[in-house]
Amino acid sequence: MSEARTNALVIRTPEGVSFTLPLAGPVTRFFAFFIDLLVIGALTTLANVLIGFLGIISPDLMSAAMIVMYFVVSIGYGMALEWHWRGQTIGKRVFKLRVVDEGGLRLKFSQIVIRNLLRFVDALPAFYLLGGLACFFSRKSQRLGDYAANTAVIRSRPTFDHVLADVTAGKYNSFRDYPHLEARLRQRVSAEEAALATRVILRRDQLEDERRVELNKELADYFRSVAEFPEEATFGLTDEQYIRNVLDSLYKTKETPKAG
Amino acid sequence: MIMDLQRFLAAERPYWNELEAMISNMEQEVERVLDLRSAKRFHYLYQRAQADLAKLSSFPAEPRVRRDLESLVARAYAEIHESRDKRTRLAPLVWITRTFPQTFRRHAWAFALSLAVTLAGSSFGAFVLYIEPGVKSTILAPFPHLHGDPSERVKHEEKEGGERLAGHMGGFSASLWTNNTRVSIMALALGMTYGIGTILLLFHNGVILGVVGLDYVLAGEGKFLAGWLLPHGSVEIPCILIAGQAGLVLARALIGWGASESVKTRLRQIGPDLVTLIAGVAILLVWAGFVEAFFSQYHEPVLPYSVKIFFGLCELFMLFLYLGFTGRGKGESLAEEKTRS
Repeated sequence: MSEARTNALVIRTPEGVSFTLPLAGPVTRFFAFFIDLLVIGALTTLANVLIGFLGIISPDLMSAAMIVMYFVVSIGYGMALEWHWRGQTIGKRVFKLRVVDEGGLRLKFSQIVIRNLLRFVDALPAFYLLGGLACFFSRKSQRLGDYAANTAVIRSRPTFDHVLADVTAGKYNSFRDYPHLEARLRQRVSAEEAALATRVILRRDQLEDERRVELNKELADYFRSVAEFPEEATFGLTDEQYIRNVLDSLYKTKETPKAG
Repeated sequence: MIMDLQRFLAAERPYWNELEAMISNMEQEVERVLDLRSAKRFHYLYQRAQADLAKLSSFPAEPRVRRDLESLVARAYAEIHESRDKRTRLAPLVWITRTFPQTFRRHAWAFALSLAVTLAGSSFGAFVLYIEPGVKSTILAPFPHLHGDPSERVKHEEKEGGERLAGHMGGFSASLWTNNTRVSIMALALGMTYGIGTILLLFHNGVILGVVGLDYVLAGEGKFLAGWLLPHGSVEIPCILIAGQAGLVLARALIGWGASESVKTRLRQIGPDLVTLIAGVAILLVWAGFVEAFFSQYHEPVLPYSVKIFFGLCELFMLFLYLGFTGRGKGESLAEEKTRS
């Protein structure tokens, strides 16, 4: 645990390909944990209000339920959410952190339980001092619970959606309502044509206005000839937005085979 | 490598997006199982993304794409290289009748050590009290109700007839459960101190037991003590010992005495067993808390001590049978082998 510190978790697959996952630092993790504490506080307060109604039946039962509820929520919150959200709690989601297996494998339930139970020792003697120190000196920013559970906390990276968002400008794609025409686009538009259109859109600010308008018109006309969308889908669309919609339809494949 | 990057990206992006969509679906539904067709497609997309990543690695441009693709491959890798044996539904009956007792027996050495440390603590506590009676209030500082003369307490409790907790037994039972479970988790977690913390906690518990035990015996209140402690203690004390057992199993995995595997492998191997042991403890402690609140607090003349002692001994015997013999033979050696391999 005292090896030199790195800021990335490097994983090499059996196929010989390496990839790196950026590790989360102790400070970000602390803030994420602080948010989780607030959430736990809010949850227990809300549950206490609801359990308070049990007092009408039996004050003793109400008191027992409150004690058990607080204990279960404070211990089980991290376990339940990390299992359900694949290594994330609300705090971790806010700070885009994720618990992962140290070897890049899928998290087991036992790993999640152990890393959460070992908070008891990480929290010693107070304010997570032991866990914080372990995290600070650990090569993989692991607190003791992470070390025992073979887990690490990484910073989640955005995936390709943001690249597509650049292309589509985040607007609703009216072509989505016509999947058969989108399929025709995918069938007839070549990779080179799609790449050209992407370049035109992503580099729009580098083009002169006239040249941009001209290129957009040319491309949009071409795409219109490939697949003709009905007027209600294209009404009010500029050439540029037309191209953006086409690119969104080409790249954002939603017809993933339904699993299970 | 000479590569038309834009063309490459345009050609590959639909596959990456498809892979991402599949992973997102799988991540949202943890228990989802892919059918053969989808699994084949997923594997194909993963291999394709991996190959793309290898190609991009030699290309200095587009670091953002490479970074994103790394993230995608990492997520797919985790799904492909599933480390769980198989997805099984929670089977509480199998867990109670096999998994827990078998796990307990597999690490019986740690339970024996846990018991030995507690007994050593008890002997030490009793010895210290015998030679220096004044230490009682220091050792029992967190338990003010045990500071006074045992005979006085017995008189008081017998006179009161268990009315002290009337109307609060549910809350009392719940706080006993949460407190005991917290101590048990701590006994497990302290295994991370190479077992030193776990041993100290068990020893300390033993010292308290030894001091209280000898104090009551010397005061001639041994029968009261047995009637008071046995009904819940026959489950509660073994629970703390099992939690200590889990802590010692963790410590052994860290130390790796004579083991050829790496510390990470050892920790991976014992992880599920630790969870099983501590979950078993938490469940048993529900019973202990219930008995302590609703049964142990009643003394003679309300409840004869003989009945309480008999009840406690029966519980202890049943716990012995359960942990020692339940689920014997039913895949026990296989489970043991799996833990070793």
